Amino acid sequence: MAEESYLTDDFLRQLINVGEVDILVGLPTHNNAKTIGSIVRTIQSGILRGFPRERAVIINVDGGSRDGTPDLVTGISIDDVRPASNPYALRTLHSISTRYAASPASGVAFRTLLAAAELLRAKACVVMSPESANIEPEWLSKLLYPVYRDGFDLVTPTYRRHKFEGLLITNLLYPMTRALYGLRIREAYSLEFGFSGRLGSQFLGQNVWNHPTGEAGVELRFTLAAIAGRYRICQSFLGEKDHVERRAADLVPALRETVGALFSALEPDFRVWSEVAGSQAAPTTGTDGEVLLEPLRVNRKRLREMFSTGVAELESVFQSILSPPTLAELQRIARLGEEAFHYSAELWVRTVYEFAASYQKSVISRDHIIQALAPLFRGRVFTFLMENRNASADDVENNIEGLCLEFERLKPYLLQMWKSRE
Amino acid sequence: MREMIISELSQALQEIARGFAHFLPRLIVMLILAFAGWVIAYLVKAVLRSILRLIKFDKLSENAGAAQLLTKAALPSATEMLSRFVFWVTWLGFILLGVRVLGILGLQEQIARFFIFLPRLFVAMFIMFFGLLAAGFFSRAALLAAVNANVPSPRVLSLAVRSIIIVFVLSIVFEELGLAEQTMLVAFGIAFGALMLGLAIAFGMGGRDLARRFLEKKIVRGKKEENEDELSPL
Repeated sequence: MAEESYLTDDFLRQLINVGEVDILVGLPTHNNAKTIGSIVRTIQSGILRGFPRERAVIINVDGGSRDGTPDLVTGISIDDVRPASNPYALRTLHSISTRYAASPASGVAFRTLLAAAELLRAKACVVMSPESANIEPEWLSKLLYPVYRDGFDLVTPTYRRHKFEGLLITNLLYPMTRALYGLRIREAYSLEFGFSGRLGSQFLGQNVWNHPTGEAGVELRFTLAAIAGRYRICQSFLGEKDHVERRAADLVPALRETVGALFSALEPDFRVWSEVAGSQAAPTTGTDGEVLLEPLRVNRKRLREMFSTGVAELESVFQSILSPPTLAELQRIARLGEEAFHYSAELWVRTVYEFAASYQKSVISRDHIIQALAPLFRGRVFTFLMENRNASADDVENNIEGLCLEFERLKPYLLQMWKSRE
Repeated sequence: MREMIISELSQALQEIARGFAHFLPRLIVMLILAFAGWVIAYLVKAVLRSILRLIKFDKLSENAGAAQLLTKAALPSATEMLSRFVFWVTWLGFILLGVRVLGILGLQEQIARFFIFLPRLFVAMFIMFFGLLAAGFFSRAALLAAVNANVPSPRVLSLAVRSIIIVFVLSIVFEELGLAEQTMLVAFGIAFGALMLGLAIAFGMGGRDLARRFLEKKIVRGKKEENEDELSPL
């Protein structure tokens, strides 16, 4: 089998010792010693409560931790969890670990998990993020039940979030995937999700791993592959999304992981998304996401300044990417004062679509195209913050819905750009 | 006396005729070579132009910044320029071969030199093109990184990166062509040194306020600024 070449002998021996399983929990890590103990105990508790009769395994794939994270994962005994959760597992719960590389790479980690799932013939799998500090045992059931009992192939989460958290998702990723692929998945890019062994095997065999951008944002590529392959997909509400320590400086890596992965998927999926019109709601357990409204201090002035500076300084780059009317409009709003500044939904959608078309034709280095989007995104964030400064949860949802409809309305523009650049 | 003159004249005419008879076939060979060379050069040009269009060479040269230079100089596109260059070099090569067949003394050595120089010219052009490409790529990368990191004067930084790479590439190109190697080496040393010194002075003079603001931000108001920007994009 192909996976034999990148699974180590030691890991293969561990997998042989485990044998076939029903449930596989994947846990990619990198220097998570501080939190990994409680997360593993929560996962074990979730398995004991939700799947006491099933054969289960926790697989830790580590990207070169230097703080002993893998030892912590394998060292936690199931007996540590039993007193807290009444039911007992009727089967052995295995915890194994492998180090796939000296540095973290989400694509390699996920590929290792998929190969392990295929070898163990796992029926239902779930990937958990070590960065989620508020993970609950119920999250496992919420992500696994729809796969294990209801025959779904992919379960993506929905969360309770602050209205200004996850703005890249609400302003680009969700509306664009929805408009293009026709399915309303709130968190198409997530570090926690459940999937069937069938979908995992199918994705493992796809030619995404050797692609230059295959490594970045593989989780999003996985969701898009499931939609494109017409697999059964649903959403499950997990609860509050814990604050991930990401600041503005992390915007470019975030764009690479998400927007880069989305743009690179558009070319192979052209036949799928070019024929889709409108969008359908995905089956959802619980709510479709909740919005928190606590006041939050944000340096809006800096966002607008970085937008204006970006538009002025990157003019030569934007000339290669954007159409003259769009660039002229961006230059016009970049000169406006804070009060008059407004980056409209229509202009934002046109900008994103023109970036997608330019990315497809590689008018300049694709990574440079993604980087060039960062200052424009800051401008859009500024407008979103201003529009929703005093908005209620319903108002925020309505604004996001309006943006989604704008993405759907202007989809023919993307098709036109796509074809004109061919 | 009269007979002598006639004899000398007829001998001279015979020599001219002999020389002409000796030269005419060579001239014909030269003309044939020149014509065959033109046909071959034309074919090479057509094939090369198709290949360059296929690999989107114009787009590459646009990215390298070469296209802008050509436009400013009112020259045709990079594909057309390279195709024409190869056409002329190929045809010139055949013409020189023809001239060699004529057996004109003194020209042989010059022609040999030209053929020895040709590969170096191609290598120099190759280095120049990819050097411009690298300069365009890295200057854009510097510009984007500087803009996204909110570094002041990102275009100056980008221009500095571009200039350093171009100066470096030019020095290699001149060395490859063997043109004023020593002069170029000294000029490169002076230009590079001056550039670095200029940057150091500019940083020292202009960076004082920047360094002060940076330290103030980090030490005095660092915590506050950081909290204000804590917006997770994902």
